[in-house]
Parts: sequence; structure tokens; C-alpha cells
Amino acid sequence: MLELIVISTLNGVLYGMLLFLMASGLTVIFSMLGVLNFAHASFYMLGAFFGFQISRWFGFWPALILAPLLAGALGAAVERYGLRHVHKNGHVAELLFTFGLAFAIEEIVQIIWGKSPVDFRVPPLLDFPAFTLFSTNYPAFKIFMLVVSIVIFIGLLVVLKRTRIGLIVQAALTHPHMVGHLGHNVGRIFMLVFGVGTALAAVAGVIAGPALVTQSNMAGLLGPILFVVVVVGGLGSLPGAFIASLLIGLVQTFAVSMNGSLAGAFGPLSPDYAATWLSDIWNVTVAQIAPIMPYLLLVLILIFRPMGLLGTRDT
Amino acid sequence: MSDALAKIPATIAPPRPAASDRLKFYGIWIGAALALLVLPKLFSSGGSLTTFSLIGISIIFSLSYNILLGQTGMLSFGHAVYYGLGGFLAIHAINIIARNKFAIPLPLVPLVGGAAGLVFAMLLGWVSTRRSGTAFAMISLGVAELVASSALILRTFFGGEAGVSANRTKVLRLFDWSFGPQIQIYYLVAAWTLIAVIAMYALTRTPLGRMCNAVRDNPERVQFVGYDPHIIRYIAFCFSGLFAGIAGALAAINFEIANSAYLGAVQSGTVLFATYIGGVGFFIGPIVGAIFVTLLSLGLSDLTQVWQLYFGLIFIAVVMFAPGGITGLLMMHRPLLKGGTLSRVLPSYLVAFVPTLAMITGLMLAIETTVHFTVNPGEDSHIKAFGIPFDAANPAIWAVAAVLLIGGFIIARKTWARVAGSWDDALTAAREKGVAA
Repeated sequence: MLELIVISTLNGVLYGMLLFLMASGLTVIFSMLGVLNFAHASFYMLGAFFGFQISRWFGFWPALILAPLLAGALGAAVERYGLRHVHKNGHVAELLFTFGLAFAIEEIVQIIWGKSPVDFRVPPLLDFPAFTLFSTNYPAFKIFMLVVSIVIFIGLLVVLKRTRIGLIVQAALTHPHMVGHLGHNVGRIFMLVFGVGTALAAVAGVIAGPALVTQSNMAGLLGPILFVVVVVGGLGSLPGAFIASLLIGLVQTFAVSMNGSLAGAFGPLSPDYAATWLSDIWNVTVAQIAPIMPYLLLVLILIFRPMGLLGTRDT
Repeated sequence: MSDALAKIPATIAPPRPAASDRLKFYGIWIGAALALLVLPKLFSSGGSLTTFSLIGISIIFSLSYNILLGQTGMLSFGHAVYYGLGGFLAIHAINIIARNKFAIPLPLVPLVGGAAGLVFAMLLGWVSTRRSGTAFAMISLGVAELVASSALILRTFFGGEAGVSANRTKVLRLFDWSFGPQIQIYYLVAAWTLIAVIAMYALTRTPLGRMCNAVRDNPERVQFVGYDPHIIRYIAFCFSGLFAGIAGALAAINFEIANSAYLGAVQSGTVLFATYIGGVGFFIGPIVGAIFVTLLSLGLSDLTQVWQLYFGLIFIAVVMFAPGGITGLLMMHRPLLKGGTLSRVLPSYLVAFVPTLAMITGLMLAIETTVHFTVNPGEDSHIKAFGIPFDAANPAIWAVAAVLLIGGFIIARKTWARVAGSWDDALTAAREKGVAA
């Protein structure tokens, strides 16, 4: 039991940090540009596939640097030549533009790399068990993932809190128009923030690619969860996104490792109607409903705290 | 005093339309009904009847979606939930009716689907419509994922991966219509399409429909007037769910099966594409979009392997360059047509058309060549896309693609700037003639 708790906590925090790598970029982009980037998870996927391709040519370490740079440059180009053009048509058009982009990126990835998972391996340098805990080998690569995401998290915190550019970004979170009035080149800041945000998502893609499955549907699977994180945390709130990421990471990881069901808990009571079409609800295990846990959390949050955990803005 | 008050409504109310206007108005609907009746006589093959049925279903679904997006300004990424639940309930209804020999004919089954869509929209809508804008979009996505994933868990009701099937010919027959042949299904779909379209058009003319527009344009102002935007969004959402459920039930009757794909993200995305490409600003927009997208998805899939990519690119192009959709583009020309200055724009259109076509051809050539090398690298390089055979391994083809793409792009940019210029001139000329833009 203790083993389960420790390992699940580790995995949950790891998953949560990965989510936050993406959610942080998404939140900052949303706060500044007012557009929720539907294609954010697609850049995570692009990061994984670029990482796979570059690590085949040059090895994993160059890929860890180059793939995010490439994806970030693509993201900046999308902002400069796509989103900025659509901006005059309103937020719905912007959201729809990124929706179409996500659709197109998935198709392009399928055309280039196919629909089946690609063989993105853990680099040999990190392919060993880091430590053994209660007879479970914990892979070193997962520790590496955790370290990378924590380092980026701290780096982000320092940049946002201690540098001039961070100051401008922070100001733009709450008063985007005022920042423009103060004479900053808002267009370039937007492009930069979009590029950095997508690059962060791509970093998550490169380090998650070998550990999880690198496949053309990975954006479609992760995207909705990412939006749940952002809504649950409160739209536009970075601390909220951090808490929601960890919460959802832990909830989902713990749910997967649990086997209980209503039938297991109240087995002897077994009412008659449990044998009818309700039997699905009666017999389903917690592990089986793990994929819908984030969405259940979303509905609960919306009922009891519509603004999200730490949200203040309405749109 | 009371006399004065009694007179006010008479002066505020618009004058009764003239007989010719009324004839024009009802003439459109009667004409549509006649066209639906005659259509199968003109195109009687089984394939075209199926296509017509699919278009009819898609029209109802897209119009129900436009109650949200176009009328009330709510962008939903999960509208297929109500479509799918309507479909599942309809399939179960057909099975139950057939088993118990209830005296309910098949044409009434879509009502079951509509009721299902309405009930679930009432249940899920209250939470979703609390927020508007981006938050609503994300919530609709979350709710859609919740329902779609639950459908795979509740296997007894939703039938798991395989879905639930039914036999539509086993229910009570009226006038000896078995609803086996596609022609009878076509008439069923056509009748329901006409009813639903008229009902949804009528909805836009009610005070509720007007308040929906107000909520879309300025929710704060609506609150000042004394309405709760949440309630209005909620009611619009329920109506939208009702009609989506009817569309889902018709789809279930048409295919005699309901599976989890009905509820899925692809279905939600397709209705969004259809509505937006058609144009959300006009009532007829989603109808045009439904026809266009259904024909496109049926036609393109025969012509090329990667039709979904073209689909996505068309959608991006519409969002970027024609936010009003197809109908928006056409309606832009109405003031010019009325002012008689349309002929001034047409030459610049023709000039812009050539390089744009070259650019698109170059893009398609590049895509098809890339697809050949990445998807089927081992096969013969003499491929055929859009009915045109060419050699994908030939460097000359690559050069042609690059020249068309880049050259077309550079020239097209210049010509479209000219189109914009001559467009402004024509509009100014039309305004001078006294035509309101």
C-alpha cells in the first residue's frame, strides 16, 4: 500500500509537471492575446515528432534543444502570419483558426510519420533504473523528466518575477492595453510569448515522447485535458494552472492504480436493479473511469466555483 | 391617458407586409417543399438518394448548431453530444416499439430523439451556459469528452465499440410504407428537414430569437434591460439540443445503427466546419455549408487520400479570408448588384483568379507529391490525384509545383490588393447612387 502511494505520488507529480509545462504556455498566451490556443497540444505533438526525427539523425541531446526551438519558431510564425491576421475578426475567429490548425497539424503529422506509434527510445545514457523502491525499479528517465520540468518551472518563475521582460508579461496578464499604451512593441511581445509558449509545449513533447507513446493522436488525447487544467485552475491564472496541473496529475495517476468498484465496496448488498443496465455503473472500477476523472472534476468545479480555483476573469 | 397607451402598440408594431411580400415569403417555403418532392424524380439513383438524406440530416444539425454559434454567439466544441444521444435514444425506441408492438409509426421516432436531445441539453446546459465566450467553448469540449468517454464505459446502453443496431422496418406501418427502401427514408428526412428548418426560422423571429442576438452582441446591455443572459443562453442551448437530437435520430434511422462515433469529437468538428464554412451571419448559411461540406467530404474522399487535410486547409482559409463564410461572401455583393456597379469588380476578380488558381494547383501538386513519398513510398511513382495522372518522382514536376506555388503567391498578393481597391471604388459608386451598404 505504501509502495503504491509513493510510486503513484511520484508519477502523479511527474504527470502534473508535464501538464504544467504546457498549461503555463497556454495560460500566458491566453492572458496576453485573449485567445485560447487550441493547437497548443499540437505543438506538444510536433515537439515529440521533431524530437524523434532529430534524435534519429543527431541523437537525443541535440533533439532536446533543437526540437523546441524549431517548434517555437513555427509557433512564432503562426502568430505573426496567421493569428495576427485573424485578430481583427474577433476571438471566435481566432479560436476557430487554432482549431483548424490543430486539425491540419494532425493530418500533416499523419502524412509524414504515419498513424502508428513511432519508435522513440529513451537515450541509452538514461536507460537504467535510478533506484529501487519496495521492489519497483524507478527508471532514471522519469527522474530526468521530473528534473527538466522542475528546472524549467523555476526558470520560468525567475524570468517572470525577476526580469524586465517578465515584468512586462506580468503587466500584460492583467492590463494588456496599458502595456501597449506604455510604448512596448506589443506585436513583438505577443510573437515572442507565443513562440516561447509553444516551445515549452514542445519541450514537454520531447521529454514525454520516449516515456509515453509518440503517435499522431497524442495531441487529440491530451488537448482536452489541457483545457480542463486551464479552466479548473481559472482562466488566465498561472498559480491556478499549477495547482490544477498537479491535482489532475495526481487524481488521474491514483485512479489508474485503484481497483475498487461499487460492487466491490457494497458487494453483499447487491440490489436487484444492479443486474440490469445499471450493472455497468455497479461493476466499473475506479481504474476504468480514470480517463473521465478530469472531466468530472471540471463539472464539479463549474457547479461549485464557476471561475475556477484561482480565477478572477470571466472570459 | 389610457387611449394614448392603447395606441402605442399600433404605432410601434411594423405595418402588415404587403400581399406581394407575403407571397414572396411563403413562396420560398412552398418552392422548397416542391423542390424536395421533385428532387428524387430528377436524381433517382440509390447513391444520390443517400446523399440527399445525409444532406438533409446535416442541414438540421448545422442549423441547430447555428442557434448557438450564429444567433447566441456561443462557440460549442461538443454539439455532437445531443446529436448522438438523440440517435441512441431513437435506436432504443425503435427496438422497444418493435418488441412490444406499440402503435407508433417510424416518422414519429425523431420526436424521441428530439426529446432526448432536449432533456440532456437541459441537464448539461445549465452548468455549461453559466459562462460565455472562451470558457463556454472549453466547457463544451470537456462535457463532450465526458459523455463520449462515458459512452464507452456504459456498454449495456451504448453497445461499446460496436454500437446498437435496430431494424426500422419492424415498427408499425402506415399506408403500407415499410421504410425499407431509401426513397421512403429520403421523404421522411425531407419532411423532417422542412419542418425543422421552418421551426428554426420561426424561432429566429420570436422575441426569444431577438434576445439571443442581443446576448450575442452585448450581454451587459441585456442585463440592464432586465434579462438574465444565462437564462437566455440556457433556453437557446435547450432548443439547439432539441433539433440536434432530431437530426441524430434521423441519422440513426438512416443508418439503422448508433455508435460512439455519433457522440465523438469528429462529429462535433464536422458540424462546426459546415456551419462556419457556410456562414454564421445568415440563416441560410448553415444550409449552404451543410450541402457544401457533405458533398465535399463525399466527393473529395474519392479523389485524394488526404482529403481531410484539404478539408482543414479550406476551413483555415475561410476563417482567415472569408469570416462570413460562403453566404457572407455572396451577400457582400448585394449592394454592388443593387447599385449596378458589380461589373466594375468582375474584371479584377478575373485577373486575381488566375494566379490564385496557379497557387492552389501548386500547393495541391506539392501535397500529393509529398504524400506519395511519405505514405506509399514503395509504389509506382505515376500517381493520379484529382483524376489527373502525373509522375511524382519527376524533378520537373517538383519545379513546376514550386514555381506555381511561390510565383502564384507573389502575384496573387498583388492582384488581391487590386481587387480590394476596385471593390472600394465600386462600393463608393454604389453608395453614391443611394444604395445602403
